[in-house]
Amino acid sequence: MNGAASTDSSSPTVLKPRSKKPKYSRFSQQELPANKLILTPGFIITVFIAVGLIFISLGLVSLFASDSVVEIINRYDVDCLPSDYKNNMVGFIQSSSTNKTCTKSLTVPKQMKSPVFIYYQLENFYQNHRRFVKSRSDKQLRSKGFKGDKQSMETCKPVLQSTDKSLIVPCGLVAWSLFNDTYGFSVKGKSLQVNKKDIAWGSDKKYKFGSNVFPKNFQNTDEVGGAKLNSSIPLSEQEDLIVWMRTATLPTFRKLYGRIEQDLQANDIVTVVIQNNYNTYGFKGTKSLVLSTTSWVGGKNSFIGLAYITIGGICLFLAVSFILLYVIKPRPLGDPSYLSWNRNPSTTSRTLS
Amino acid sequence: MKRYVYINDDEASQDLYCDNRLSNRKYTLLNFLPKNLWEQFSRFMNQYFLLIACLQLWSLITPVNPASTWGPLIFIFAVSASKEAWDDYNRYLSDKKANEKEVWIVKQGIKKHIQAQDICVGNIVWLRENDEVPCDLVLIGTSDPQGVCYVETAALDGETDLKTRVIPAACMGMDFELLHKIKGVIECPGPDKDIRRFDANLRLFPPFIDNDVCPLTIKNTILQSCYLRNTEWACGVAVYTGNETKLGMSRGIPEPKLTAVDAMIDKLTGAIFVFQIVVVLVLGVAGNVWKDTEARKQWYVLYPNEGPWYELLVIPLRFELLCSIMIPISIKVSLDLVKSLYAKFIDWDNEMIDPETGTPSHATNTAISEDLGQVEYILTDKTGTLTENKMIFRRCCISGHFYGNENGDALKDVGLLNAVASGSPDVIRFLTVMAVCNTVIPIQSKTGAILYKAQSQDEEALVHAAAKLHMVFVNKNANIVEIRFNASVLHYEVLEILEFTSDRKRMSVVVRDCQSGKIILLSKGADEAVLPYAHAGNLLIGAISCSIWKFLRPLYFIIPKFTSGQQTRSFIEAVEQYSQLGLRTLCLAWRELREDEYAEWSLMFKEASSTLVDREWRIAEVCQRLEHDLEVLGVTAIEDRLQDGVPETIETLRKAGINFWMLTGDKQNTAVQIALSCNFISPEPKGQLLSIDGKTVDEVCRSLERVLLTMRITTSEPKDVAFVVDGWALEIALKHYRKAFTELAILSRTAICCRVTPSQKAQLVELLKSCDYRTLAIGDGGNDVRMIQQADIGVGISGREGLQAARAADYSIGKFRFLKRLILVHGRYSYNRTAFLSQYSFYKSLLICFIQIFFSFISGVSGTSLFNSLSLMAYNVFYTSIPVLVSVLDKDLSEQTVMQHPQILFYCQAGRLLNPSTFAGWFGRSLFHAIVVFVISIHVYAYEKSEMEEVSMVALSGCIWLQAFVVALETK
Repeated sequence: MNGAASTDSSSPTVLKPRSKKPKYSRFSQQELPANKLILTPGFIITVFIAVGLIFISLGLVSLFASDSVVEIINRYDVDCLPSDYKNNMVGFIQSSSTNKTCTKSLTVPKQMKSPVFIYYQLENFYQNHRRFVKSRSDKQLRSKGFKGDKQSMETCKPVLQSTDKSLIVPCGLVAWSLFNDTYGFSVKGKSLQVNKKDIAWGSDKKYKFGSNVFPKNFQNTDEVGGAKLNSSIPLSEQEDLIVWMRTATLPTFRKLYGRIEQDLQANDIVTVVIQNNYNTYGFKGTKSLVLSTTSWVGGKNSFIGLAYITIGGICLFLAVSFILLYVIKPRPLGDPSYLSWNRNPSTTSRTLS
Repeated sequence: MKRYVYINDDEASQDLYCDNRLSNRKYTLLNFLPKNLWEQFSRFMNQYFLLIACLQLWSLITPVNPASTWGPLIFIFAVSASKEAWDDYNRYLSDKKANEKEVWIVKQGIKKHIQAQDICVGNIVWLRENDEVPCDLVLIGTSDPQGVCYVETAALDGETDLKTRVIPAACMGMDFELLHKIKGVIECPGPDKDIRRFDANLRLFPPFIDNDVCPLTIKNTILQSCYLRNTEWACGVAVYTGNETKLGMSRGIPEPKLTAVDAMIDKLTGAIFVFQIVVVLVLGVAGNVWKDTEARKQWYVLYPNEGPWYELLVIPLRFELLCSIMIPISIKVSLDLVKSLYAKFIDWDNEMIDPETGTPSHATNTAISEDLGQVEYILTDKTGTLTENKMIFRRCCISGHFYGNENGDALKDVGLLNAVASGSPDVIRFLTVMAVCNTVIPIQSKTGAILYKAQSQDEEALVHAAAKLHMVFVNKNANIVEIRFNASVLHYEVLEILEFTSDRKRMSVVVRDCQSGKIILLSKGADEAVLPYAHAGNLLIGAISCSIWKFLRPLYFIIPKFTSGQQTRSFIEAVEQYSQLGLRTLCLAWRELREDEYAEWSLMFKEASSTLVDREWRIAEVCQRLEHDLEVLGVTAIEDRLQDGVPETIETLRKAGINFWMLTGDKQNTAVQIALSCNFISPEPKGQLLSIDGKTVDEVCRSLERVLLTMRITTSEPKDVAFVVDGWALEIALKHYRKAFTELAILSRTAICCRVTPSQKAQLVELLKSCDYRTLAIGDGGNDVRMIQQADIGVGISGREGLQAARAADYSIGKFRFLKRLILVHGRYSYNRTAFLSQYSFYKSLLICFIQIFFSFISGVSGTSLFNSLSLMAYNVFYTSIPVLVSVLDKDLSEQTVMQHPQILFYCQAGRLLNPSTFAGWFGRSLFHAIVVFVISIHVYAYEKSEMEEVSMVALSGCIWLQAFVVALETK
């Protein structure tokens, strides 16, 4: 009896919603193709063994490369202090009358192939301190056309204006504290040429430091920080400054001073004449001179090699233990009896009934 | 607050009430910005981000460029503001369209064409067929000589049938010309949102008619947004206009629902915030100490000896900014984005389209998909939800004869057909009641077939069945009902309709048989609402009011002793028998009225109908005076078939650990039968059904305690225990033994509550929610709306009982069986994906943040940022937000696996994927990853070339690779 009348009454509603039916697409039905990794024990073990072997060999290679680097580190800040100033270190370094020249001899342990890089290394120097990092004006360094109004160079404070209230170029703490020790090298009485060209990044010289920006009023403040700059050389040529202005991440850092483009033979004695000008005594920092060759992994740093070997070792260990586990206590893959509700019958019996 | 509407009198009400300008807009052009910003900033997260962004403007403390916070912040605000603006603009456009629609009104006796927005209260509005009603009107005239018109109220309540509306008696027979000049006053209550009630009075001024007060009900109104159908024209007086119409008043923004996942994310955000404050305090103090002891010695930093007053604050604030990324700004955006995608997936799902009507499922609320995966209780309606709500007349019992018992279809029962053919008076009276006692509207279609438009499916089934038995309800012309029986045409004049209410549980009509001139009362209703008033039992039961009757059910078998006949007994048996088969029963009865009895009663009824206070109650009382001494004619049994796949769906969801409660307005027997047939409860001996009953507080208490005791004992046994409770006992239990009942609710996995009212349904939802259960309410009818709105998740079945439930619900589906897919597939995936996405968002920001914190230890605790602004922004927006969107399509297990092993849902229900301990796991992971990245990048770059920018780039790419690896690993 429900035939004619009831179908009639529903017919007007049938016509309209047809158009509402969504169009089929694999996205809308959540049927996009997907690849699912099934982590079988065999697969895992293979992956671990492969990763372990690759990592260990990579580690060994880089460790070997790092070992081939010859490096001489010599701390000189204490040695270069005259004994009568031991108790007045800051007084010594700040006085303009004291003789700050100091000579040190370094023995070359192994042959050092050219180029030999000269670094100065500072410790306990927080170039990454917020006050320090921020205290610069990249705009000012870049272009001469930049008319530094005080507002936009607020970041340079407290080294913004010289004593006569004119703007300092380059402004800011970073530039102001430029490292100013100098080194002269000689081997067997013959002085070694130090190449100080191209020690900074090419891009820095080209884009970040203007070739038409000249130092102005630099170190013309009450407190004198570090090195002075030759105001006739544009900033893009002041490579020491450029190197210094790339602030270091760690409180212990090395910065490139120059290159000796000449091989040093084993057991050569290198005499270094140091102008010990930079004040690290005030904050118990150290200064060292570093001579180093490079390899394809860079300087002497065994960390990468050790890290690779450790990870590789762990992978191999896991692989071996998985193999043992697989042999001693195998378990079929995808056994539904391991599912939590199948393992504990008391909680589910009521639902299953 | 009462309102007096003076018809056709411009001066009287011009300024008193608002005009008919519709405004659904939230904003105006002027207040958009401040109002929208105010709304957005009322959220804690946004306040936090704003604070951070403002702090960043202070260049002394900001570690990065302020743009790195302002950019995303402005972006987020712009996105949600423009979304709001776009929605509001669309609302404005539709308002404008409605406001500028031309309508005919009468002003000073002349018909005028004006815009809809200029209609004032008191104006007479003229409508033509298929016009939309511009405001709430009281009908005063139609093209129909009997003063009837038909309206479609689909926009108002979702019901697609046509409803009749009549003009008030006072205006009856008024001339077309006269209507232009009509004057009078309508006394009506202030605007409200009840679309089923309008208790008002109309008094026309002389010279029209005597100044009698004429009662008005909702039947005399046509409400805004309805359509005029099957009527040439109609006119009415505007009583509520603009936003004060019934529709305008009921419009409201539903309270936003917060999912368990959202609540957890908020909690975790709070925890991270606390952690952040601790970090900031510790580092801030350490920073200040380091500054005073060490930094002053570092001459190159040039610390001034005397700092400003806020100097102590500077370093903590710097760290606050540095750590601000711990709470990722992107989390809100990406969660909103993926949530709307989940909702779209539900809308798009081809497997959840109703095959019969082609209606797709729809997620109205896009924000709560995860909750679907965490449902613990499902409260379901029976009729139309578990069953199809396609009523089919199956059996009947007429004066002691059972028809349809053999073949299950009374319409094919030879005995009945013979009885009809031979013209047995009992059977004919029975059929007359079936055909006449209803509010069905027959519509003659062009092909000659008759379509019935009924509000109640039962009535439709009865009228159809009567038609099959040759008693055809042909036409309803105003008050005259035309019935064709065999070849003869019978006319009945409907004098009064005593309407159905859920309290009365019966409806009656008073008709005058035009052939014999007799006045007859025809009634139909639930057994307990009809049988007590049967004339045989009059002596005993007439005095007992209807509501007490149900407790006297055991007395059924005593009554016949006092009565003369075997008949009542057989009716009671029939009712019992039918309801055991899961059929819906109705008792049909009639009584001849004396002319004077009717006249007397009619006055009382008229008076009751025109009261303004408690009208419904008064009418019920008056009706009671007529509905007694009934002669019971028989019992009808209507089948309501189970929907496809209901037992399977319930079984699967049960396995998934979801508890089911059935809340129905139906009788206990019917409910239990349906429950048995759809796997809801298991038959003995596997299952046990405990019943809570009783009429008094003590009885209910005892019964409740007994059930509770049994329940406690059997919890350890593998047995399905369920309890049944009826509305009355439930009322008592909730009122007096709330604690015991709550315990019962926790112990019981299944419950059947029958004879419950809509508000009790909502109360039960509330009860379960108060026990911290996630509830889902599913229903299809208007009586489920409250329950649906109350539950954590409301699901509406867009079924035959109108769309009311589907509109109020968060999700609407076509069939009950789609619930399985909605919960197991969509709910589960959504939960898994959101759990991953939210924790991942925290992970990747914590990763960067930890590196910043570690770096501060080697940079003199001064708050230097290792990363520059650009890389931070790129990391947050570009590198980490885009790859993770892949997780929206992530499926950890295939749909088939989940459907086969619904137990997997336990994981989601217990919140195993997002809780403090999993979050601690992610926290630890980010800490570990940060240590690895930091140590490696610091050591690899030790000494020469340890420039900040390079190290930061290496660390950043380390983070990017790591998080991408995590995404690849975690998504399956």
